[in-house]
Formats: sequence, structure tokens, C-alpha cells
Amino acid sequence: MEYFLELLLGGLTRGSIYALIALGYTMVYGIIELINFAHGEIYMIGAFTALIVASVLTMSGMTGLSVLILASVVAVLYAAAYGFTVEKIAYKPLRQAPRLSPLISAIGMSIFLQNYVLIAQTSDFLPFPNLIPDLPFMEPYAHIMGSTELVIVLTTTVVTVILTLFIKFTRIGKAMRATAQDRGMAMLAGVNVNRVISNTFIIGSALAAIGGVLIASHIGRINFYIGFLAGIKAFTAAVLGGIGSIPGAVLGGLILGWTESFATGYVSSDYEDVFAFCLLVLILIFRPAGLLGRSTIQKV
Amino acid sequence: MKQSMIRKTIRVLFGAALLTAVCSGSLFAADTIKLGIAGAHSGDLASYGLPTVKAAELVVKEINAKGGVLGRQVELLTEDDVCKPEVAANTGTKLVSKGVHAIIGHICSGATKAALGIYKDAKLIAVSPSATNPELTQSGQYPNFYRTIASDDAQARLEVDFTIGTLKAKKIAVLHDKGDYGKGLAEYAKKFAEDSKKASVVLFEGITPGAVDYSAVVQKIKRSGAEAVIYGGYHPEASSIVSQMRKRGMKTHFISDDGVKDDTFIKVAGKYAEGVYATGPKDTTKNPLAIAAIEAHKKAYGSDPGAFFLNGYAATQAILNAIEKAGSTDYAAVGKALQNEFVETPLGKIRFDKRGDAIGVGFSMYQVRKGVYVEVK
Amino acid sequence: MKILAEFRKSLIISLWFMLLTFPILVIRVNTIEKIVEWRWRNMAFIGIGSFLFSFVWRFMLERRERGRKLAEAGAVETRPFSQRLLEDARVYRPVLAALALFAVAFPFLFSSYQTNIMTTALMYVMLGLGLNIVVGLAGLLDLGYVAFYAVGAYSYALLNVHFGLGFWAVLPVGALLGVLFGILLGFPVLRLRGDYLAIVTLGFGEIIRLILENWNEFSFGPSGVANIPRPGLFGISLSLSEATIYLYFLMLALCLFTVFVVNRLQDSRIGRAWIALREDEVACQAMGIDKTKTKLTAFALGATWAGMVGVIFAAKTTFINPASFTFLESAMILSIVVLGGMGSIVGVILGAFILILTPEYLRAFSNYRMLLFGTTMVLMMVFRPQGIVTNVRRIYRFRGREKNSETAKA
Repeated sequence: MEYFLELLLGGLTRGSIYALIALGYTMVYGIIELINFAHGEIYMIGAFTALIVASVLTMSGMTGLSVLILASVVAVLYAAAYGFTVEKIAYKPLRQAPRLSPLISAIGMSIFLQNYVLIAQTSDFLPFPNLIPDLPFMEPYAHIMGSTELVIVLTTTVVTVILTLFIKFTRIGKAMRATAQDRGMAMLAGVNVNRVISNTFIIGSALAAIGGVLIASHIGRINFYIGFLAGIKAFTAAVLGGIGSIPGAVLGGLILGWTESFATGYVSSDYEDVFAFCLLVLILIFRPAGLLGRSTIQKV
Repeated sequence: MKQSMIRKTIRVLFGAALLTAVCSGSLFAADTIKLGIAGAHSGDLASYGLPTVKAAELVVKEINAKGGVLGRQVELLTEDDVCKPEVAANTGTKLVSKGVHAIIGHICSGATKAALGIYKDAKLIAVSPSATNPELTQSGQYPNFYRTIASDDAQARLEVDFTIGTLKAKKIAVLHDKGDYGKGLAEYAKKFAEDSKKASVVLFEGITPGAVDYSAVVQKIKRSGAEAVIYGGYHPEASSIVSQMRKRGMKTHFISDDGVKDDTFIKVAGKYAEGVYATGPKDTTKNPLAIAAIEAHKKAYGSDPGAFFLNGYAATQAILNAIEKAGSTDYAAVGKALQNEFVETPLGKIRFDKRGDAIGVGFSMYQVRKGVYVEVK
Repeated sequence: MKILAEFRKSLIISLWFMLLTFPILVIRVNTIEKIVEWRWRNMAFIGIGSFLFSFVWRFMLERRERGRKLAEAGAVETRPFSQRLLEDARVYRPVLAALALFAVAFPFLFSSYQTNIMTTALMYVMLGLGLNIVVGLAGLLDLGYVAFYAVGAYSYALLNVHFGLGFWAVLPVGALLGVLFGILLGFPVLRLRGDYLAIVTLGFGEIIRLILENWNEFSFGPSGVANIPRPGLFGISLSLSEATIYLYFLMLALCLFTVFVVNRLQDSRIGRAWIALREDEVACQAMGIDKTKTKLTAFALGATWAGMVGVIFAAKTTFINPASFTFLESAMILSIVVLGGMGSIVGVILGAFILILTPEYLRAFSNYRMLLFGTTMVLMMVFRPQGIVTNVRRIYRFRGREKNSETAKA
């Protein structure tokens, strides 16, 4: 039973990480129906920026929580700026293009950003300082869940709640929903669609950066390639939950995390990814629009 | 007037350029010994391939300054294979069509296997500084292959003997990173441990490199009751697993390979690295040639050398020495010289056995103590 | 005044990029040695580079917009120049003849290294043409095409190791296995649309690779299969350079065969069904086309070529391991199709040559080549999203009346 609980908590951490990155995917997809392959790279750039800022601060003598906060804030700002710029360069000129063009552009952007960091920084793994302090009250539970894990799960929860409220109640959120529903109609109703899309990229990228900082602290090392696998997994999670739906992304992330965790625990970690993808195929066969996705009725 | 001046200058310059081209061409084209350097020189595995290029450059610079080999200057031709078999096949063909006399490389075992057939047909010898796959020498299919690093099974043997003999572990968990190198090593470790009958392998699993979390696997190790973990793979994943094990209060021994015996591992894992065992090439810190080679690297490139630098250095020395001793670049003669003539290298005094493994190159066990790797005697 | 405004725009962009690239490009922290390196020179490069580039960027965008407006107004002929060239028999016949001559003479004119990479390029032509059936014609986004490639490669490697089967025996087997796996993938994804399909195919590709990696007893795991024999020629033993040339001609012949078949397929009943499916699934069904059958044939016929190329790949490199069949490979093949121009055979051929040969000849830039590759992909899509060669739908004119009037005159 304790083993089950441990796997459950492990899966929860993993799932929260996936969910945090999946949110960005799902938001962008909801609005412009584009698989933003460069999203994983934004996450990686967020982590790199945090590492650089944190190292410079630590070397100039700062310690403790202020480093964590400053590094995270700078990372979030920069990731948002990168997301914004990527959209302006690689996707905005392609609004009228055939369906697959932005996808190829996104793959190109992803390759570009990876190599940009590779050349500008290094191909080696860099140690990432554990910025999250050990919480004293977690000490007795350290054998099942560490402080970092707790922070990850809590952050994901808080972020999801804030994001849901934001989309539901603010003006920007309403504009986003309107654009997602019908871009043309939203434009006629006076929504500045270009700005809405920019906002979506900014918010999604900022979330990715939060994910980047947390995961890098958890794993303790980064390199230019970390965005790729995390990106694919997060995208799987987003599709699993029904792409375009925010609670769906979280649900998808958690289910994926648990599947992998239990597959490792009770079967073998050799095939954890195989299990994850098989689950995806199965769910999509029975619910082609994902778990919480709305299946649209085709009109001719 | 002015125009003719310009024309004259151009003509003179052009003539001079042509002359140098012809001169240098005649100086080099016929008489140089061409050494191909193949390996990952760009991309994510570049850090494994580039040190060998630098090592070869240093050796060749020194030898050329002394008058070269057999009175001929040595020329290096570097080609990138990004550690991919399909690219390595192209790289190999390119080197062959450029007329190289021998190859230092490749770096990764898979790429090496793909290129060796091409070299075999062209009757060329390849000396790898880092391809450790046992098949390369043991299968007998690559008579033109030599290496200045010990093979994976030797390493696995040492790990298992140490775990069972010195650490007295009865239950062993064997993990790997599903990669060519890591999984091969882990399979040998599993086989040796089971054959010894003194210990049982309670867990044999592959982890996913680059995953965001390893807690499930760590819990599984804990549940299996293993007293020691043997891990085959590289340091990034090893540091994550060790950290998560220690954070969960597990004191299980952690034994790994020379992919982990890297200072980056200690920096990344920090305090959790303490007590981790790793096998690595025999200690060369007291070898005067090794000290000199590292000094030369620092002087030329302003930094400490990277992975497999000394192996690359030794490989270049060995092949050039063999050519010198053989008196030609003939395939059979050089092969014979590699097997019979000892050469002084930073790795010690080495020659090669019939299969192509270096004699005098082996592994030692190291442990992280107070933030540095110390040899365990 | 306009110049000043443009100047200001570029200045802002330049400042933005200097700010944006600041932490990654200027600061390098050596966490191990605890040194911070400030590379201000990079910042100057970025500043000047982005300042100049932004002018070019805006100019190109403007030109593109102008072109589009003209096209909408019907002022220019909608058929692009390249297309007209392709349709003009006086132009394309001599060009084709020259190309054929060049292709035949190629291995004798250049070194075996050049021949070798040309063979690789031809392999990707075939892969591109295969994927073109699925993506370009049937409009099904497949991100796991590399799986079929892997199936082909491993079928030769394993059948050779276990049963000693030769290249020629396995080539059709590889194609058949490709069909089988194509249908296997086709069934579960029949109901899926668009990007759901994309992610499932991506998953399928990964599953195949992971199985090859983990199932040692079956596939020899990550250490791969070595010493796969090169294709034989009536039992004559060939030297390496001869084998390279032989493989080149083999690949050339197969490519021609592929082009021929794909071309015929396009104009066939099934080909039109694919195009109808791509344009509108519901309307297509309403017209009485069997959706299930059409989709499955698209997957199966697309996968055939990958299976065959896989066999050749194994024979060419003589060593394969699962690391050659990653998602990046799928992305590469997809890029060939989209970059070249979806649905267009000439486009796919051009795309394959550009994408495979450029990195090979960019070797001198080594570290920068993937950067340039990514940039090219983005720029191509921004300025020419329809690909290099636009696939123009065949236009049928009703000629009956003209004929009648002619006969009436006579």
C-alpha cells in the first residue's frame, strides 16, 4: 500500500510538470489551431535564463529566496518575450497560409532555438542549483515526497486556478475565448485578434518558464535538448485531455504522469513511453476529441 | 597608365598565388601521410569527439616539428559524423576518397561499426579512442580495428567483482539508459553477477534518458531491497537517480562506469555524489607523458582537455609509431607493427593484441570522497 | 519621412533583439569554475544584424503582400512560371534529357563520396514521394512515417541474420511489411482528424522505435545489427566503389519507378479519391467514396516506399540501430514534402535534394548548419508557404463545342 502511495505521489509530480507545459500548448492550439513545436524550446530557454541569472546573482553574493524569486521573474519575462517574438516571426506572417505551413515553420523554429542555445552556451549538461529551499515541515515525509515535489504540485494547482479564473472573468480572457470560438466573428465584434494571439503566446510561454525553473530545480541539470522530450510528452498530455481545454490539459498531464509512474512501478520502465502512447491511442479511439474536448459536429 | 599598373599588380599577385598553390601542392599532395579524424564534432555529442581532434593536432604538431614520420609530414583530415551510423558511412567514404592512410576514430560504437566495413574494403586501419563495444574486437569481423580504451565487458567485470567482493552485496539492481553503451554494459554486468552465483540480480531495468522525473524507478529500487545499484550510462541521468535516492534517505551503494567518472557528475549531483563508485581508466595523473600532454593542451587551447583526450593522444601516437616502425603505410605491415611494437603513451606503455584491444590499458575503481574521485585500492 | 519611420522601426527591432538575446548570447556562466564571461561583441553583432535584416524582412513581406493582391485582382497569370515551364514540352524535354544524362554519368564524374551522398538524397526522394501520398494527396498528417522506414530496415537486417535471406528477396518483403504496418496504423486512426491524427502517428513512430530499443531478443536492442551485406549482383563480388555505384543506379531506378507509379496513382480513381478526401471529408463521403478504404490505401501505399527504402538503407550503411529512426527523421521527411510543395512530384524531388544535400555541403559550417537549416525552414514557410513548386490542379477544358464548330466549318 505504501508502495502504491509512493507511485501515486511520484506520478502526481510528473503529471503536474506535464500539465504545466501542456497548458501553453493547449492555449495556443485553442486559439490558432497550431501545434507549437517551439513551445518545448521556450521552456528550455526559460530554464537557461533562470540558470544564468541565478548563477550571476549567486556569484555576486546573493543567497536564499531572493535568488529564486529574481531568477524566476526574469526567466518568466524572457520566456514571454521569446514566445511573443517567435509568434511575430514564424507564425503571424502565415495566418493565411495552408494548414501545414505553420507546423513546418514551428519545427524549423524549434530546431533553430535548440541550436541557438547550443552555440551560444554549450552542448554539455549544466548543473542547475536547487533554488527551492528544503521545507522543514516536509522532513518526516522526505522518503516519499520532497519539498521540490510539493512546490511543483502546489504551483501547478495555483497556476491552473488563476488561469481558469483569468480566462473566465477578465476582458482579455473573454477575448481569447471569443477568438477561439470563431476568429472571424470575434474580429467583427471588435476583438483585436492579433493582440489576443500575442497575449496567448505570452501567457503560454510564461507558464512554460515557470515549468522550466521548477523542473530544472527538481532534476538538477539542464542542456539545450531538454525541451524536446518534455514538449512531446506535454503535447501528448494536451491531446489526451482534449486539446484546447484547460482542465483537459491538467487532467491529461496527470493521467499521463500516473500511467508512466505505475507502468514503471508495476511493469517495467523499459516500456513506460510505450504505455503512455498506447493509452493515448486507446483513449482517442473511444473519444476522438480527447477526454474533455468538445467533439465538433461537421457542417457542410 | 594607372590601369596597366593595376593589371600588373593583379597579374603578379595571381602568379604568386598560383606559385604557392603549386608549391604547397607538390609539397603536400604526394608526400604527406594523411590521417583521418572521424567522430562527433558538432551537435550534442561534440564534447566526446572534439578532445580527440585536439589531441591529434597536438601530437601531429610535435611530430611534424621533429621532421614528421618516415621523413614525411603528417596531415590531418577531420570529418564529422555526429555519432550517427548513416552519417558515419558517408564520412568514411569521404575519407577514403580523399586518400587517407589511417583513421583515428570513430567516437561512438554504432558509428564505428557502420564505417569499419568501408575501411576494411579500402584496407585502412582505424584506431578508436572511445568505441568500447566488446563486439568490435571480439567478433573477429573487424580485423582492421584497434582501440586505446578497454572494452565494456572488462569494465562490467570490474564493477561486478567489486560489488560482490569488496562491498559484499547479495542483491544487486542493474539499471541502464537504454543506449548502446549503457545497455551493453548493463547486460554484461547482469550476466557476470548471475554467473558468479554469489549474488542475485533483483532488478534489471532501462530508464528513459531525459525524463523529467525518476522517482518511480527509485521507489522500485527501494522495494526490490537491492544493496547495490550498478548503472550503465552517462552522468546526467546518474546524477538525477543518485540525488533522488539520497533525498529519499536510501543508502544503497551506487556503482557506475566511466560515463559517470566525470567531474561534471560531482558538480551536478553535489553533496549527493559523495560515496558513489565509478570505474574509469587507470590513474594516469603520475604519468609524465600524460602531464606533458595536458600541459600542452592548456597552453594551446587555454583550457583543461575533455573526455577521451588521453585516449585520442595515445591512438594518434600508436598509429604514427606503427607507420614509422613498419616503414610504410601498407595495411599488413602497419597492423603487424601495432601488434608487436610497444609505444610510450600518456596511458602507459602499450601495444595491441590480435583482436585489437590495447594491452596495458585497463580500469580502476574510483570513489567520490570529499568532492573528488579517488582511486579505491 | 518614410525613410525615417522605417529607420526608427528597425532601430526598435534591433534594440528588442539585443535585449532578447542578452542573457543567452552575452553571458556565459561557467558554473564549474564559477566564472562569468561577458561577450559584448555578440550583442553588437545581433544589434547590427537585426537592424539590417529587419529592412530586408519588411521589404520581402511587402513584396509578398503585393504579389498576393495582384493575384487576387487577377492581374497576373495565376499559374507560376515554373509550372508553365514544366508544361512546355519544348522546354522540359531537353532539360529532362540533360538531367538523365547527368544522372547516368554522375558516378563516373565524381568521387564515390559524392555518389554516396547522392544515393542518400535519392533515398529521401523516395521517402518524400511516399509520404507525399499520405500528406500531400490524402491530407493525413503523419508524424511517424519513420516507423515504416525502420520496419523495412529491420526486416532486411533480421531476416538476413536469422534466415540468411538476400537483398533481392527481402526488398519485396520490406515493401509488403510496410503495407502491413501501414494498415495496422491506419485502423485505429480512422476516426481521428487533423492534429489528433498527427499525435497518434507520432506515438506510433515512437512505439516502434522503443520496441526495437528494448526487445533485445528480437532486435538486438540499442547496439543494433552490424555487417549487413550490400546488395548482390548475380554473385559477382564488388569492390567498395563499385558497390557504391551499383547502389546508386539501383536507387536511381527505384526512384524512377516510384515517380512513375506515384504519377499514375495520382491520376487514377484512387488518387482522385485521396484528393477529394483531402479537400472535404464529408463531401467526399457524400459522393459515395468509401472513406475507410481510401484512408487505408493511402497509409498502405505510402508506407510501401518507406519499407523499400528501409531495406536499401540497411544495405547501404551495413549497420543499423534504433537511434537512426527518431522523430527528427520523420520531421525531416515531412519538411521535404512541405518545402518542396505538397502534392507535387517535382517539388518533392527538389525538396529532398535541397534538404539532404545542403547540410552535407554545409559541413564546413559544422556547428551552424542546423541553425541555418532551421532558419531556412522558417523563411521558406514565411515567404513561400506553398513550397518551391506549387502543385496546380489539372484544369480540364470542355473542347466538344470547339471541335463541332471546326467540323462545321470544314
